[in-house]
Amino acid sequence: MEEQGGVRAGGPGARSSATAALARAGAPAIVVADELETRYRSGDTEERVLVLGVLDRIAAEHAAPDLVRSVGIDLVRDALRTNDPRLVAAAMGPFAGRHLGDHDWRHGVVKLVFMGVPLAGVARLDERADDELARMAEDLAEEREAAGRPIPDDLRALLPADASLEKGR
Amino acid sequence: MRIFDPHIHMTSRTTDDYEAMYAAGVRAVVEPAFWLGQPRTGVSSYLDYFDAITGWERFRASQFGIRHHAAIALNPKEANDPRCREVLPELDRYLRRESVVAVGETGYDSMTPEEDEVLETHLDLAKRHGLPVVVHTPHRDKKHGTQRTLDVIANSGIAPELVVLDHLNEVTVDLVAERGCWMGFSIYPDTKMDPQRMVAILQRLGTERMLVNSAADWGRSDPLLTAKTGRAMLEAGFAEAEVDHVLWENPVAFYGQSGRLDVTPLPGFELGGEAELFEGNSILRGAAAVPVTAAAATVTGAN
Repeated sequence: MEEQGGVRAGGPGARSSATAALARAGAPAIVVADELETRYRSGDTEERVLVLGVLDRIAAEHAAPDLVRSVGIDLVRDALRTNDPRLVAAAMGPFAGRHLGDHDWRHGVVKLVFMGVPLAGVARLDERADDELARMAEDLAEEREAAGRPIPDDLRALLPADASLEKGR
Repeated sequence: MRIFDPHIHMTSRTTDDYEAMYAAGVRAVVEPAFWLGQPRTGVSSYLDYFDAITGWERFRASQFGIRHHAAIALNPKEANDPRCREVLPELDRYLRRESVVAVGETGYDSMTPEEDEVLETHLDLAKRHGLPVVVHTPHRDKKHGTQRTLDVIANSGIAPELVVLDHLNEVTVDLVAERGCWMGFSIYPDTKMDPQRMVAILQRLGTERMLVNSAADWGRSDPLLTAKTGRAMLEAGFAEAEVDHVLWENPVAFYGQSGRLDVTPLPGFELGGEAELFEGNSILRGAAAVPVTAAAATVTGAN
């Protein structure tokens, strides 16, 4: 959708206009990176979710993706520090699946478990789930069990095959 | 029952909470510096916050008969944001304030190299200022994070009795007990720790070096869970003196190491029945029921 004079800032259609503006940005990487960062930092939560949602496509399409990737990772890490499940879930989309480092990515997955957000939305979960994530999941399940609290299905699915917890519970 | 809540974020709470806390026996609190839910993006919002928890909030608490002290630190999440790390050189002047009885809360969130560095900086600050330090243990990967925290503390050379590791649970408490640090527990409505689980830990490990707090903040939490834990202890057969040890004497001993702690009754609240002063006659309306300073009038004009 083209941004039109009739679109009021903050009004209906303004957010999708912003996304369209990002998609149009076929400009040099530095301009695109700057645009992403400005829109994220100056945006409200919904606008930030949109920016996180277009990161993967923009990084993939741009001819010189390094700078775009680096800004994208900063924004994803910022979103992962929040306590807003919409932002954390959006941060763990396809861009993070492809580019976020293993340590941050694992913490993002476990954070979603804490927030009760379904892991179905985590991009490349099966592919990237490794022994270290399974160890973290097992430790968390041990804490939940010691506390007499239930172990959610998403957490159970991350456990190592030989986990000694009472899996039937 | 007299209660000292050693970890509570009162800037997130209402005056109703202060009234209910006083009625439940709370006479002193420590408010560690914390994040706001919405991440900060720069130093100035940090400094305003430090001023708030050492200034306005301390005053607000005093109007309800509650002694308020603060702990000052850059919190672990924001340690990862270079814009926030700029606050580190500013910490010295806050750690010299009379109202500040500890460094904190510091520790790990995601266990990044940035968090390692900031934790070490905070432990150095605590040593240099001769202050206790409140160390948050992470929600994610807690066992591993607690172990790593203990290693960093040991390497720093700080005396273990100056350190509390907070938000412990059944799995992490033993690691801390054997190192000689204080053990902190945040009693929550449904997650970190509840009163019955807390009682079970006290039955197993005793009451020495144990600190029980509500860690109440802007999330689902309850500033009265310290009192409820005290009642659960009594019901489980602990003596009143043991409850007093955990809920009052222990935090007084821990933060008393700062040499700055004042837990004497506030003027106007010296006698036993002070809570009645509030009944149907909120001090927030500027009632003359308690002696207030001229500045108290500003409480009414909060908006």
